[in-house]
Amino acid sequence: MYEQEYEQLKNVITRLCADANAKFVFLVDKSGQQIAAHGEMLNLDTTSLASLTAGNVAATDGLAHLIGERGFPVLSHEGERDHMYISKVASHVILVVIFDERSSLGLVRLRVKRATGEMTSIFESIDSKVARERDVGVGFDSPFAEITEDDIEALFN
Amino acid sequence: MTFINYASREINCKIVYYGPGLGGKTTNLQYIYDSTAAQSKGKLISLATETDRTLFFDFLPLDLGTVRGFKTRFHLYTVPGQVFYDASRKLILKGVDGVVFVADSQRERMDANVESLYNLELNLKQHGYELDKLPYVVQFNKRDLPNIVSYEDLKSELARNGEPIFESVANRGIGVFETLKAVAKQVLMELRKNSGG
Repeated sequence: MYEQEYEQLKNVITRLCADANAKFVFLVDKSGQQIAAHGEMLNLDTTSLASLTAGNVAATDGLAHLIGERGFPVLSHEGERDHMYISKVASHVILVVIFDERSSLGLVRLRVKRATGEMTSIFESIDSKVARERDVGVGFDSPFAEITEDDIEALFN
Repeated sequence: MTFINYASREINCKIVYYGPGLGGKTTNLQYIYDSTAAQSKGKLISLATETDRTLFFDFLPLDLGTVRGFKTRFHLYTVPGQVFYDASRKLILKGVDGVVFVADSQRERMDANVESLYNLELNLKQHGYELDKLPYVVQFNKRDLPNIVSYEDLKSELARNGEPIFESVANRGIGVFETLKAVAKQVLMELRKNSGG
């Protein structure tokens, strides 16, 4: 995840949160890592949210395959007060929107559609950048390149 | 697959605890959770049945500290060990960076250990992984019970390629952190190797 694209994604989800009147918007990688988030639910355990969302989507995809579908691109959960709208972006990212009575499923769906298009372009740009740099043999400024055994030992002390 | 966020300077790695049902995978995570300082851990999520058998997964995020300015987090998962939960096990292995195989040392569970290990290899292959190429550690758990297979016999049945093997009594914490440390080190060293370091 590069800085420039990260900022672009943050801008998109910030705008989505405002346009959809949502409480919280969250981007998760399909293997359960959080990518970016914006909203008013400051005490939300986003790590758990990321992991459970990924598990939820993975399990639902499994169900879809069982009945011959490629997947269910959208999941919607209705609560008493807060609701959750989960959708897929690009091939490996999940978007979560949490909203309450200040918004509606229809509005969220509409705004997510637009935001999904923007985010898909950003992720395609990341994938192209990675592929280009790999082809040219440019090494990432990887934090692991110079890691030592002492660095690793220090993590456990 | 390790997730590196250069913008927020975070590294997230995924470790999956695999093995036969009731072998001690969840117990490992519970001990790690109970023994880790509050600021270094997140919530332990356990998706389990009413009888406390893992239904989907357990999840524990750990903050290990900072490496070269990057916050290093390990996400520990367990899979459900019962045979019929294979579809779920496959899903949880997606994006794995390191595997801990928790074997049950009891004599009557030997077949289950072998079947689970074979299942692990198969499920990894379906995600395009080779077990021999992944960071991998084996734990022989329940070493305190009376009717157990000897270390050498377990090793001859389950060991593959010189991977580290730890004896443990997970419900007392013996061998738990040693196992975790070993697999975490392997994951980080593998990342160093892949970055040309």
